Amino acid sequence: MAATVSPERDVVAPPIQRAFREGLYAGAIALGLFVLFIGLRTDQNISNELILVQRWLLLALVVIATAVGRFLYVGYAQPAMERAKAEKAKAPAVVAEPGFVRRNFNKIGIVVLLLYPIAMVLAFGFQGSLKWVDNFGIQILIYVMLAWGLNIVVGLAGLLDLGYVAFYAVGAYAYALLGTHFGLSFWILLPAAGCMAAFWGVMLGFPVLRLRGDYLAIVTLAFGEIIRLVIINWREVTNGSAGISGIPKVSFFGLMSFNVSDPNYIAKVLHIAQSGAYYKIFLYYLILALCFLTAFVTIRLRRLPVGRAWEALREDEIACRSLGINTTTTKLTAFATGAMFGGFAGSFFAARQGFVSPESFVFLESAIILAIVVLGGMGSLGGIAVAALVMIGGTEILRELGFLKVVFGPDFTPELYRMLLFGMAMVIVMLWKPRGFVGSREPTAFLKERRAVSGSFTKEGHG
Amino acid sequence: MNTTPSSSDFILQVEHLSMKFGGLVAIGDLSFQARRGEITALIGPNGAGKTTVFNCITGFYKPTEGMITLNKRDGSTYLLERLPNHEIPARANVARTFQNIRLFSGMTLLENLLVAQHNKLMKASGYTFLGLFGFPSYRQASAESIELARHWLEKADLVDRADDPAGDLPYGAQRRLEIARAMCTGPELLCLDEPAAGLNPRESAALNELLMDIKNSTSILLIEHDMSVVMQISDHVVVLEYGRKISDGSPQTVRTDPRVIAAYLGVDDEEVQEVLVEVGDEDVIEQLDTGPDSAHGPGNSASMMAGPVSDTFEHADEGERVTVSKGASKAAQVDARAASIARKPQPAAKPAAKSSTAKAAPKKPAAKETAAKPTAGKPGGRK
Repeated sequence: MAATVSPERDVVAPPIQRAFREGLYAGAIALGLFVLFIGLRTDQNISNELILVQRWLLLALVVIATAVGRFLYVGYAQPAMERAKAEKAKAPAVVAEPGFVRRNFNKIGIVVLLLYPIAMVLAFGFQGSLKWVDNFGIQILIYVMLAWGLNIVVGLAGLLDLGYVAFYAVGAYAYALLGTHFGLSFWILLPAAGCMAAFWGVMLGFPVLRLRGDYLAIVTLAFGEIIRLVIINWREVTNGSAGISGIPKVSFFGLMSFNVSDPNYIAKVLHIAQSGAYYKIFLYYLILALCFLTAFVTIRLRRLPVGRAWEALREDEIACRSLGINTTTTKLTAFATGAMFGGFAGSFFAARQGFVSPESFVFLESAIILAIVVLGGMGSLGGIAVAALVMIGGTEILRELGFLKVVFGPDFTPELYRMLLFGMAMVIVMLWKPRGFVGSREPTAFLKERRAVSGSFTKEGHG
Repeated sequence: MNTTPSSSDFILQVEHLSMKFGGLVAIGDLSFQARRGEITALIGPNGAGKTTVFNCITGFYKPTEGMITLNKRDGSTYLLERLPNHEIPARANVARTFQNIRLFSGMTLLENLLVAQHNKLMKASGYTFLGLFGFPSYRQASAESIELARHWLEKADLVDRADDPAGDLPYGAQRRLEIARAMCTGPELLCLDEPAAGLNPRESAALNELLMDIKNSTSILLIEHDMSVVMQISDHVVVLEYGRKISDGSPQTVRTDPRVIAAYLGVDDEEVQEVLVEVGDEDVIEQLDTGPDSAHGPGNSASMMAGPVSDTFEHADEGERVTVSKGASKAAQVDARAASIARKPQPAAKPAAKSSTAKAAPKKPAAKETAAKPTAGKPGGRK
């Protein structure tokens, strides 16, 4: 033991010196870099002349912060990290028994989701809970559902679909048009919108059956744009860029309505005070139920031959054909099923917003949904739900950066940095977990025990 | 179709099969039969077109000409060249393995075997709808399919690793798993593309045992380079060279056939040297160096890397036909030698070499062309 202690003391002493030196260097470099960025600033005075504003104090602060930071990092943080690493390597590889939270992650998640609106109402009152239930709860759950739908296509079948938002748009417009023109109920139009989207999924599927990889991605991307452009330009039907407004609200299975003017308005039926929050809470539970439906179907399908065939298709298409699997129908069912859930989410979105326009279905939406799937770990429902929470909840919570004004002064607009922070967070997550939050794959059948399959064996599919 | 009573003895009849890739004739007028309950081996030097024959039988290629008839045990016959790719395993019950192993590496062994029972389970699950609602009939079928998978895992000696990902297995075990997976489709004819490639002697012996066991229920068509496997287990051997059949018969007759010895096992070293000296062409060295290659492993052959039928098929109607120069085919050399021996009774080696070089020399450009083609990654590459 003594032999290991003494060199450690030898090693510890120089780092402080080295840290001091590196701190100085870092300070010098920062000074050189920032003297023109921060120390001097060009500005206009009242008579529109260009003047130099000198900010030596700010420069000094930045330089000192850099130097001290470097000093602390080299002197203390780095040795501490190395020691931790060495200890970890020394310690016998103990298979960590998963903690209570990890073992019961799904159950806890479901309970939390069910209790969330109640907790919010209790915490903030009906009016105060609106933001939390609507902006966070419903918004995140819509993306959870979309990502779970896309997961069938991308995560299970391995077909890269960059135009998923097209099916979202088809579902939304199906409900918006049929609901406003024919006054059909949400409960009829929900399956209708799903069928419509599934139909377009097959329509997209046919031409792209022979394409793989990048080519498939490009065609699906184009498909997403085509749907959007059709919506913009087919004014007679879709009202173009102006969108469709006045989309009817969802009713509680026709028994109770959420329109204040209706005779069966919920507050009148139940004899409670009027509030807009009832509708939001109802919508929350509705989208939650739709999410559970998606999850249930996905889990069931994975254990059915068709789901296994999707995953086999992702792993090796030629081997699939050699085993008698009809790859054409298998791909088409994947497209159709994924699109159907996109259509469900779309019709819900239209009902919730009361207004749809092509603006909501731009490529960025497809990219975000795909990012959620990739970030969560392709094929894993739990990981994708967490990723949606982080991505959508994260971007929403970054709107609440008002406190940064205290730090950076009143002209600081934190909203502008929202996407920057968000992008940085994504880069960090992808470095830290390159296969997403849940990189392993849960086998669909087992002989003796269910063991997760490491992500290093699964393939991403060839498109 | 075949109505003669004797045809039912043959599980597979290949008649006048030709496969052309553009001007390249990968298989030319090949006919052979595989008997039911036997192991038929298809051997030949690298690039002889063996895997192309497999791809034609299993529907990955549509042959340019010819007829492939499969006679099932129940008396029904299928013309394999007319069936779509995925229906050949599903309806005609022909399963295959691949030279470069194609497992679903991210799925467990058990799942691999369950995917192989896709069509059966698909029906049992009422094309997904009954299964989605958990109907008991599907549950029963599912349990049965797991039992079948367990049966084949035991046969392949892999049952201990049933819940591991297939990509985690050692090479030999992956080969066995691929065979087990093919067997789970319930085939009448099993086509194995070099099952012993890359196996050590012990694994190879275990494979022989497995194949002998399978033979009791299923006929096997086998491509193999490992002569110990071929000679030990096969009942019937077909030898290909440059897409043409040069010999056909029992392992013993094939082993002693001079054409086969020349084509497959190579010509005497002195002769090769003589040819090289006289021709002075490095391409010819490659042409001649087609003996069994111990370093040969999966992935060396470009055949499976060739694209789907559509990639190559459109060129097939071009009229041009490139045949390999006679100097390249060693079976032809043997014929020539036999002819020259008949003419002047001399020590066999010299005139034979001369006659072959005499034929090879004027066609040097042709030899070069054929040698260049496989390296350019042409489908169905042949050397």
